[in-house]
Amino acid sequence: MIRINCPVCGSRDENEFTYGGDANVVRPAMDEAETGPWLDYVFMRDNPRGPHREYWHHVMGCRQWLMLERDTLTHEIGDCILARGVA
Amino acid sequence: MSGFRLSTGGRIDRNTLLNVRFDGRRLKAHAGDTLASALMASGENIVARGFKYHRARGIYSAGAEEPNAYVHLRNESRLEPNARATTVEAFDGLISTSQNSWPDVRLDVGAVTGYISPFLSVGFYYKTFIGPFSGTRFWMFCEGFIRKAAGMGRGMKVDDPDSYDKVNAFCDLLVVGAGAAGLSAALTAGRAGADVILVEQDFELGGSLLSQPQRGETDDWLEKVKAGLKDLPNVRILTRTTAFGAYDEDVYGLIEHVSDHLQSPQNHQPRQRFWLVRTKQAVLATGAIERPLVFGNNDLPGVMLAASIQTYANRFGVLAGQRIVVSTNNNSSCQVAVQLAQAGADVTLVDARPHVCEVLAETLAKAGVAVLSGKAVICAKGRRKVVAAMIVPIDSCGKATGLAKRLDCDVIGVSGGWSPVVHLWSQRFGKPRFDEASASFVPDIRGRETVQCAGRMVAAQSLEDRINSGKSTAKSTLKALELKPSRKLHPKTPDTVLDTGWAKDIGTIWAIRDANDKTMGKAFVDIQHDVKVTDIDQAYREGYVSVEHLKRYTTAGMAPDQGKTSNIIALARMAELSGKTIPKTGTTTFRPPYTPVAIGALVGHVHGHHFAATRYSPVHDWHVENGAVMTEAGAWMRPWHYPEGEEVLRDAYIREATHVRAHVGIIDVSTLGKIAVQGPDAAEFLNRIYVNGWKTLQVGQLRYGVMLREDGFVMDDGATARLGDFDYFMSTTTANAAKVLAMSEHLLQTAWRDLKVHVTSITDQWAAFAIAGPKARDLLQLALSGAEISGEQMPNNHFVTGEIADTEVRLHRMSYSGELAYEVYVPSGFARHVWTALIKAGEAFDLRPYGTEAMGALRIEKGHVAGPEIEGRTTLKDLGLEGFASSKKPFVGSVLKGRPVLADPARETLVGLMITGEQGALPGSLIYSTNRPMQGHGEGWVSSTTWSPALGKNIALALVRKGKFRMGEDVQVVNHLENQSLTAQIVSPHFFDPEGARQNA
Repeated sequence: MIRINCPVCGSRDENEFTYGGDANVVRPAMDEAETGPWLDYVFMRDNPRGPHREYWHHVMGCRQWLMLERDTLTHEIGDCILARGVA
Repeated sequence: MSGFRLSTGGRIDRNTLLNVRFDGRRLKAHAGDTLASALMASGENIVARGFKYHRARGIYSAGAEEPNAYVHLRNESRLEPNARATTVEAFDGLISTSQNSWPDVRLDVGAVTGYISPFLSVGFYYKTFIGPFSGTRFWMFCEGFIRKAAGMGRGMKVDDPDSYDKVNAFCDLLVVGAGAAGLSAALTAGRAGADVILVEQDFELGGSLLSQPQRGETDDWLEKVKAGLKDLPNVRILTRTTAFGAYDEDVYGLIEHVSDHLQSPQNHQPRQRFWLVRTKQAVLATGAIERPLVFGNNDLPGVMLAASIQTYANRFGVLAGQRIVVSTNNNSSCQVAVQLAQAGADVTLVDARPHVCEVLAETLAKAGVAVLSGKAVICAKGRRKVVAAMIVPIDSCGKATGLAKRLDCDVIGVSGGWSPVVHLWSQRFGKPRFDEASASFVPDIRGRETVQCAGRMVAAQSLEDRINSGKSTAKSTLKALELKPSRKLHPKTPDTVLDTGWAKDIGTIWAIRDANDKTMGKAFVDIQHDVKVTDIDQAYREGYVSVEHLKRYTTAGMAPDQGKTSNIIALARMAELSGKTIPKTGTTTFRPPYTPVAIGALVGHVHGHHFAATRYSPVHDWHVENGAVMTEAGAWMRPWHYPEGEEVLRDAYIREATHVRAHVGIIDVSTLGKIAVQGPDAAEFLNRIYVNGWKTLQVGQLRYGVMLREDGFVMDDGATARLGDFDYFMSTTTANAAKVLAMSEHLLQTAWRDLKVHVTSITDQWAAFAIAGPKARDLLQLALSGAEISGEQMPNNHFVTGEIADTEVRLHRMSYSGELAYEVYVPSGFARHVWTALIKAGEAFDLRPYGTEAMGALRIEKGHVAGPEIEGRTTLKDLGLEGFASSKKPFVGSVLKGRPVLADPARETLVGLMITGEQGALPGSLIYSTNRPMQGHGEGWVSSTTWSPALGKNIALALVRKGKFRMGEDVQVVNHLENQSLTAQIVSPHFFDPEGARQNA
C-alpha cells in the first residue's frame, strides 16, 4: 500500500486519495483554438518505467490536488507538494 | 506408520482430554496438540486422498508447509475447507472430516483413477479440449464433471455466522516470527524502547525451539527471553497471527486467528482479526522449511519431513513409528536421528553423502543410530502405509550405482536440505538470490533500508548464529529509529552438540533414480497437486522450460500449499534437464498471501448494509413514516413512490404525476449536488466551466447550465444562482456532484491558479424541496413570508429569500416537471421543520408528496435529459442542447467538442418515441428501421421510458441515428433479452406543453 505524505495532513494511506493522472501534461491556454494541443493534453500520455510525476487528489482529506513523483517500477514515492504550489 | 503417544514428554497437558473427532472417530487429544499430532497419536495413517490419483496420504510435516493433511473443519455454517491439520490447534468439540474422498479416506472409490492415470498426463485437459472439441457440446458435457473433480474441499453456501474485525496499527518495528532470531530481535529492540509488534503464527512462542526436548538448555533460554519480553509494555506479542503479505511503504497484512482455536467465538469476539500494520522497520525472521527428497512412492503415508518427526516426538510426545529410516543429504538430520533414538525408536540414518563427519558419527553411534553412507531411499514399499524402504548406493547426482536392498520400517523421514521462508521479503523486493553454500534461495539484502532478515531465513545455521543475527538486525534497525540499545545482557546462548544446521557439507541431490535415470514408481514433486517427476520431464520435452510456464503447465506449486515444499524440487529437476544452474533456471514469483486468508477476514465489517456508506436526506425519516417506498440512487436513499392503499408502483406514480399536473406536489431533492462557488473570479470560473455565458447573471437570478468534459462530451447539467457579487450557489445532478467538484478543484489548483475562487461542497448543509403544479404559487404565497412571489415580481430563473415557519429559506423559481415550480432551499437542520410546515400549509391545496418515479415520468414528458441521456457518450448536439453553447467564449471542452467524430451528422440524436400498443418499451431496447433487416446493434437505443399520464400513452426517449431528420418515421423497438418487439413513431422529445406555457404561468 502506498503511503503519501500530504503536505497538509501528513502521511496517509493511499485509499484516502484518488489518482489524478500524469502531471507532466500542461493544459493549453483557454484561448487555444487549435485541436492538436487539446488532443495532446487530453489523450497523449507517456508510460515511463521509473520515476513518474503525477497528480493525486486527497479526496478523503484536505481535498488538495498534490503532485508527487512515483517510481512506476518500485512504487517508491518521492516528495509530495501541493499542485497549487508548483512554480 | 503407526504413530503412538509416548508415555512422557511433550508440551501438552496430559491431564486435559479434548473431544476431537476425525471422520466421526474420537481421537486422543490433549490441550497443546494440533489436529495432526492428535491424528498421529491415535494411529490415523490415512488422513487425505491425492488430488488426481486419489492415493492414500498421511501427515507429511508439522507446519504451514503441509501438502497432505487438509481437512474440513467444523460443520454446517462454520464448515471450513482446506484446513491444515498441522496448524489447527486442537480444541474441545473439534469436528474434522476428510476431503477429496468418497465415501471415506480409508476406502476411496475415486482411487480407481489411479488405473487410468496414464491418460491423466500433464496438459490432458488442454490437449483434449483445445482443438477438435473446443467449444463443442462434448466439452460442455464434460465440463461439469471436470469442474466437480477440480479443486479441493467443499465450499459453504450459507452465510458465515461469525464476525471479523479489522485493526489499523502503527509501530516502530515489526518482528515476524518468534523463533530464536525473532525473539532476540524483539527483546533487543524492546529493551531499547522501540514500539515493537512481534508476530507468531503458532499458538506458542519459540519456533523451532519448541521441537527441542523439553526442559533442555534451549527451554531455559526460551523461558528467560519470554519473561524478558513480558516485562516490556512496549512489545505487543501477537500469537496465532500470520503475517501474510508485505506491501509498499512498509505496510504488512496480518491475520490474527482470534477464535479459530475455539469451537465458536466467545464474548462477541471476532473469529479473525485483520491487522494492517504500518511500521518504520521490519525484522523478518520467518525461518526455513525442510525440503523433501523425491523417490518412488514418496507420497505413501509414513513418508515425512525428517525434522517434523522430531517435532511430533518432542513437542507433542508422539512417535510417528517404531522403526524409522531417515534419508538425508545434510547434517540437520543427525540431531533428528539421535533424538528419535533417545525417544525409543529404532533409527537408521541413510546419508546420501559418502562420509559422515567424525564428530557426528560418534554421537550417532553412541545413540544407537545405524548409519548408511553414500546411500538413499529409492522407493517406499507398502500399499496403504510404509512397510519398507528400498535403499540403494548412489552417485553424487542421486543415480543408483548398485542394487536396491530392502529395509523394513514404518516411517521414512526425508531431508533434502532447507528452504528459507523468503516469501514476505520476495513479495516486496522480487527474486531471491541462490546461495551456493546452503543450496537455498535467500533474500538479496542489498540496499533495503527498512527491512532486515534474520535467522534461518538468511540461512543462519547454529542456534548461536540465529540468536546473534536477531540481535544484530535489531540493532541496525535501532540505528535507523535513533534509539540506543540497552546494556542489559541477554540470556546465555545454549550450546548443543548436534546444533549443526544444514549448510555445511550438504550433498545437493533432489531425486533418487535408477541407473537409467528413471524413478522407481510414481515419484511426486508436488504431493498436493499430484505432479510427478515424469510430468516435469514431459513439460521439458514439450518446451515448457520457463519456470512460469512449467508451473502453469504442470500445476506444480499451484495448490493451497503454494508449493512450499515442492517448488524448489521442480526447479531443480528442470535445471537438471536443461543442464543449467538453479539460479539460471529461475524461481517463481512469491505473491501474498503466505498462507490462505479467508476473504471474510479481509472484508471485516464491510459487507451487507455496511458495504458502502448510505446517504440520507434530512427528511428521510418523514418519508419512511409516511409510507414511502425508498430506492437507492447512488449512495442516496430517495422516496420512489408513496403508495396509497393497495397501490403498486405503476398506480402510485401515475397518480402522483397526474396530481402534480392537476394540483400541486412536493418532492425532496436534497440529494442534488450543491457547491458554493465563491471569490472575485467566480463568474469567470463559471464562464469557463459551463458552456453558456455567466457574466450577465445578476444577483437574485439563476441560470440553467451544461458542462462538458475536457474531451468534449456532456458531463453534467444544473442550475446556478448568484447569491451575491462574489457568491454563487451551484447545483449539480445527484450522480455527478463528486465528479464536478473534483474537476473544479483540479482546474483551480493546477491550470487556473490565477483565478481567485473557492469551491466547497455544501450538499449536506442544504436541503431542497421542489414544489410543482398549477397551485404551487398559491401554496407558497400562503406559506412564505417576507417576499413577493407573484408572476411579475418573480419570473422564472429568479430567487428570493423569505421565511417559512420562522425559518429563513431561499426560494428558486425553476421547473423540471414542466409545471409552475419552485425549489425551496433550507439549512439541513431545519429541513424537517420546514417540510412538515409546507405539508401542513399544503393541506388546503391538496399538496401531495411525489417520488422519483413520478418525477421521471414528468421529465420524460418534457423531454428533459437526465442520467440515462447524459451517459458519457453524448454531445451537446446529440442531446439538442447545442443552443446553450456560447460561441463568444472558450469553455472546458469547447475545442474538442468540434472533433469530426463528435460533429458527425450521422450520430444518434435525442428523439421521442410514441409507442404503439399497451406495452411500454424497456430501457436499453434497440431501434431498427421497419424497412431494413433487423441486424446488429440497430440504429439507436431507448434511454428512458414511461407511461405518460398526461398523454395517456407509452412514451420513451431514445437516441436514434440522424433522429432529428426522421420525425414521423415508424421504427421497431426490440429488446433481445426480453424478447420484446414493439413499433413506435419518432416524434419530438418535447411531448407535453412544448411551448412551456405551464411553467411560465
